[in-house]
Amino acid sequence: MKPPRSERLSAFRPQIARLERRLFLKQGLSLGALSLLSGCTLKDDDAVDRLLLTMSRFNDRVQAALFDPAKLAPTYSEADVTTPFPFNAYYEEQDIPVIDGENYRLQVSGLIADKRPWSLGDLRALPQSSQITRLVCVEGWSAIGKWRGVAFRHFLERIGADLTARYVGFRCADKYYSSIDMPSALHPQTLLALDFTEAKYGYPLRLRLPTKLGFKNPKFIGEIFVTNDYPGGYWEDKGYNWFSGS
Amino acid sequence: MVGGADKPRTIHPLFVRVTHWVNAFAIFVMVLSGWRIYNASPLFGFEFPKDFTLGGWLAGALAWHFAAMWLLALNGLAYLAYGLVSGHFRRSFMPISLRGAFDDLLVAMRGHLNHAPGRYNAAQRVFYVGIILAVIVAILSGLAIWKPVQLQGLTALMGGYEAARVVHFFAMATIVAFLVVHIGLAVSVKGILAPMFTGRAEAQR
Repeated sequence: MKPPRSERLSAFRPQIARLERRLFLKQGLSLGALSLLSGCTLKDDDAVDRLLLTMSRFNDRVQAALFDPAKLAPTYSEADVTTPFPFNAYYEEQDIPVIDGENYRLQVSGLIADKRPWSLGDLRALPQSSQITRLVCVEGWSAIGKWRGVAFRHFLERIGADLTARYVGFRCADKYYSSIDMPSALHPQTLLALDFTEAKYGYPLRLRLPTKLGFKNPKFIGEIFVTNDYPGGYWEDKGYNWFSGS
Repeated sequence: MVGGADKPRTIHPLFVRVTHWVNAFAIFVMVLSGWRIYNASPLFGFEFPKDFTLGGWLAGALAWHFAAMWLLALNGLAYLAYGLVSGHFRRSFMPISLRGAFDDLLVAMRGHLNHAPGRYNAAQRVFYVGIILAVIVAILSGLAIWKPVQLQGLTALMGGYEAARVVHFFAMATIVAFLVVHIGLAVSVKGILAPMFTGRAEAQR
């Protein structure tokens, strides 16, 4: 769930499908830019791709180093909340998955002690907190929303997650998937949100962390797993920067 | 700088020439990829023509932008350090006067250029210092957009996240406007482009 990038990105869907990751630069090399970059041969853009991906991995490490686990994102008042809150995903709004909350069970797996699935009632029985923060989309726009749910750190502790593991991954009902680093997962404002501005944007469960871009806030979560193997993500695997911290 | 009336003088130090062309490449990449990023969520009522952008789609444009930013910043820091330490800034930009720049512009509009090899006229001084400041503002507002949580003090200084986007846009627009004039003059005034590669003033002067 790419949170917010909606109509715009969906409008590009056919192109995106065509532009597989290794092609993601090719079409932009207008203006003779390519000749400046790699000695004129069109075949060389694999090398350019590799260079850019290397830089993206380097930027992952820089952002991880820059991340301050104690620094809180600015918070706002109810009056600042953006209404209507924009819908954004890799598909159109009418294609959002319909989930039956009664029978919903959150699966948890990987490096955790207690793999018992969670019902919505179980999740609501945990301590709840809320936040009003700015969601920044990788496209550039932003919106202020209100989210309420379980502190993700608390949840990870409850399921006996290995908090020294590198990644927390998410698989979603809309076939979206993503992953975040453990320090961001443990940040005090990282929330397993049960109530949001408008419930259809992620019902019944989404991750909300104001320390990362919108597309790192998966919606319609069906499974959470803890791992040391890089899980990637829907947009990340297409060439977007993985860490994408704010 | 080497003096001497007979031998061609070095009017552009090697360090300035190298950082200039590295900067030119970095700005080229930043502006064209930035236009593509802008198109993903236009701030104003227009988009940049796709054929004049870099990256192919948003992910590609961002990859270019966040790779070239290192080149722009590190090269820029090297240039600033050189300029301050070597005395290049003091020799070339001082004294600086808006009044003098205005007078030079009036002269230029009458078809003359107050231009001598190896010496910036008053208008050049103001424009070159101005473009350095514009690039600094572009970098700072870019950081404010990139890291509105980790660098929230800087973002607040820009007036908040959304205002930082506007600042970033107008810093780009300033740079592009400068480039139109700068490149226009560089290719139309005789004998000033080659020294930016060779460092040597043209012999006939």
